[in-house]
Amino acid sequence: MQKLIKNLSYIWNKFKNDRKSFWDELEEQMVTSDISINTASRILEEVKDYVYRENINNLEKVKSSLKQQIIEILKCNGDSKLNISSRPPTVFLIVGVNGVGKTTSIAKLANMFKKNGKKVLISAADTYRSAAVEQLQYYAEILGMDMVYHQKFSDPGAVVYDSVEKAKARGTDLVIIDTAGRMQTSYNLMEELKKIKKVICRRIDREVDEILLVMDSTTGQNARNQAELFNNSLSLTGIILTKTDSTSKGGIVITIKNDLNIPIKLVTKGEKLEDICYFDPVRFTELIFS
Amino acid sequence: MFDLLTAKFEDLFYKIRNKGKLSPNDLDSALREIKLALLEADVNFKVVKEFIENVKAKATGEKILESLTPYQHVIKIVNEEIIRMLGSSSGGISFASRGPTIIMTVGLHGSGKTSSVIKLANFLKTKFQKKVSVVAADVYRPAAVLQLEDMAKNIDVDVYSENNSDPVSISVRGVELFKKSGSDVIIIDTAGRLHIDENMMDEIANIRNKTTPHQIYLVLDAMTGQEAVNIASSFNLRVGCDGIILTKLDSDTRGGAALSVYYVVKKPVKFVSNGEKIEDFDIFYPDRIASRILGKGDILTLIEKAEKVVSEKEAKRIEEKIYRNELNFEDFVAQIRSLKKMGSIDKIFSMMPIVNKSKIFKKVNLDDSHLSHIEAIINSMTEDERRKPHIINGSRKKRIAKGSGNSVSEVNKLLEQFSKTKQMLKQFSGLKGKFNLPPGNF
Repeated sequence: MQKLIKNLSYIWNKFKNDRKSFWDELEEQMVTSDISINTASRILEEVKDYVYRENINNLEKVKSSLKQQIIEILKCNGDSKLNISSRPPTVFLIVGVNGVGKTTSIAKLANMFKKNGKKVLISAADTYRSAAVEQLQYYAEILGMDMVYHQKFSDPGAVVYDSVEKAKARGTDLVIIDTAGRMQTSYNLMEELKKIKKVICRRIDREVDEILLVMDSTTGQNARNQAELFNNSLSLTGIILTKTDSTSKGGIVITIKNDLNIPIKLVTKGEKLEDICYFDPVRFTELIFS
Repeated sequence: MFDLLTAKFEDLFYKIRNKGKLSPNDLDSALREIKLALLEADVNFKVVKEFIENVKAKATGEKILESLTPYQHVIKIVNEEIIRMLGSSSGGISFASRGPTIIMTVGLHGSGKTSSVIKLANFLKTKFQKKVSVVAADVYRPAAVLQLEDMAKNIDVDVYSENNSDPVSISVRGVELFKKSGSDVIIIDTAGRLHIDENMMDEIANIRNKTTPHQIYLVLDAMTGQEAVNIASSFNLRVGCDGIILTKLDSDTRGGAALSVYYVVKKPVKFVSNGEKIEDFDIFYPDRIASRILGKGDILTLIEKAEKVVSEKEAKRIEEKIYRNELNFEDFVAQIRSLKKMGSIDKIFSMMPIVNKSKIFKKVNLDDSHLSHIEAIINSMTEDERRKPHIINGSRKKRIAKGSGNSVSEVNKLLEQFSKTKQMLKQFSGLKGKFNLPPGNF
């Protein structure tokens, strides 16, 4: 992750002489961090309000007000931790567009729970992509976990059905379901996900415990569309932000939380299975301001 | 993919379309809107800055064409700049003059390299009848080789792979083998890597040095944000890129990455990939995309067409008449004829950057066969009747109806519509300024 605002002190020079161009420039900088214009101006309205009300003319104070606004947006009302059911198996459904890192995230997530002594089953419901099953199988083997899969191009709903049934029979704690990557604009594939969700709900007799959208942190403004359309179809419970070791600024998470109120739950980077952690709004904000 | 950007532009131009003159303030606020629209479309901020400066310089410096309103003038400039941003050369591939063409694909994780390699192989195989082979040099991602082999089998393309070997040796041996076996094109599929990962970047530089590819393509996700330019620059700096394969264009991304990369790195987008199917792959045409960005409001084409069929003088005369509410059936039939020359009504309407098209369509409700009908009715009128429509009474209507093979009610309808149209055109003449839209919008 990189800094949100590159040369705040340089822009600051404009604060005294040309207030309007200072705010304009600040807004542009935020947008260049992949924050949407709506969100950027919402944040700036608050900051401006504060600056004029308190008659602020100190860079550090403007900066900390900016930070505060962002933390405020990113903060979760409830618990940002993952929802674990009191009636196992807990079921996580993992979705996202192509190439965002779903399969790797699932391996990392499975590893995280396994280390806590949980019995995990992986459900290979990506029956579309070549070698998707084999990729997952590789991880299941090194982690020593159960995995349910069917033939290529078989019905993902059937894979999910079998997975949950098997988990129940074996007393598994957690089922993590991998799905094929799909564009949020593809009607048929989104309908397929709805069906998968229905299958799970019927098998466990409650809502799916977590429906997590995996999102590549190098994504631009389209991230919002992704989150919105997946959310419309599935009612997401959270987001897994991947590839945070890239140079992007990840401003998209601010937009998504602000506009859609979907919490960021997990953050991943790199190729090692340990590289996953819970999202911390304060730490994230410090990072983009460091 | 550019729909939202298009909507933004249409919206913006709608706001300023009525202005007879753009004040410096109008221009500035218009430019700020354009700036934010482009930024929100993921166009790189450096590119946006330069873009805006160019448009501003041109908008204030250039003499505004007599035939264009300031609004159209700005569109013209924006359009020219967008085309410049995208580069003028179409994509596609040039093959090596002797021996097989070696292609290496590089890119970040999950940008779509493996799918693109297969799609490209299939494209070259079916469109150019080339014998294509693929070298599997991604030894990192689990089952990556398997994925490549599985997909290659479907299109009957050979894959070279090795177990427990390093990507450089695999590439060298693979290329050697396929050279001997008489492949026309050899594509090396490399692993996804971060552009800031020094070791991994060294690795592809090594593969390049040992296999000397003719073409190195960066595979770039069209949904990438502001980072697109840095990614492309880094890969270009370390291994040199000949072009970009832009993937996932079937999403609803605004595609600013496509705009920025050529502009900054000066490497053209060669191919686009836009779907799950193997055939969803094509050569990139910048001019087509540019008009998509400006949208259906492809006003320039419309202007060109109108200029071809309506002489400036004639148009001016008509406009005068519209303004003075003196339009008669003679002008009308002349306009219908020139309108017909421009193409179908639907097409002409779709080229007009009017925001609430559907509203106007409802009012207008006209198709091409309707035009011929109208022409027939007008042709059955006497010269006097055409010049002075108000003299047409009941018996004249009967005669006209008979002569044109229509009913009286249809003649009535035409007369009624004609007077309505006269009013509408008066509004249009204000709306379109000096654009001289042939008044067939009836």
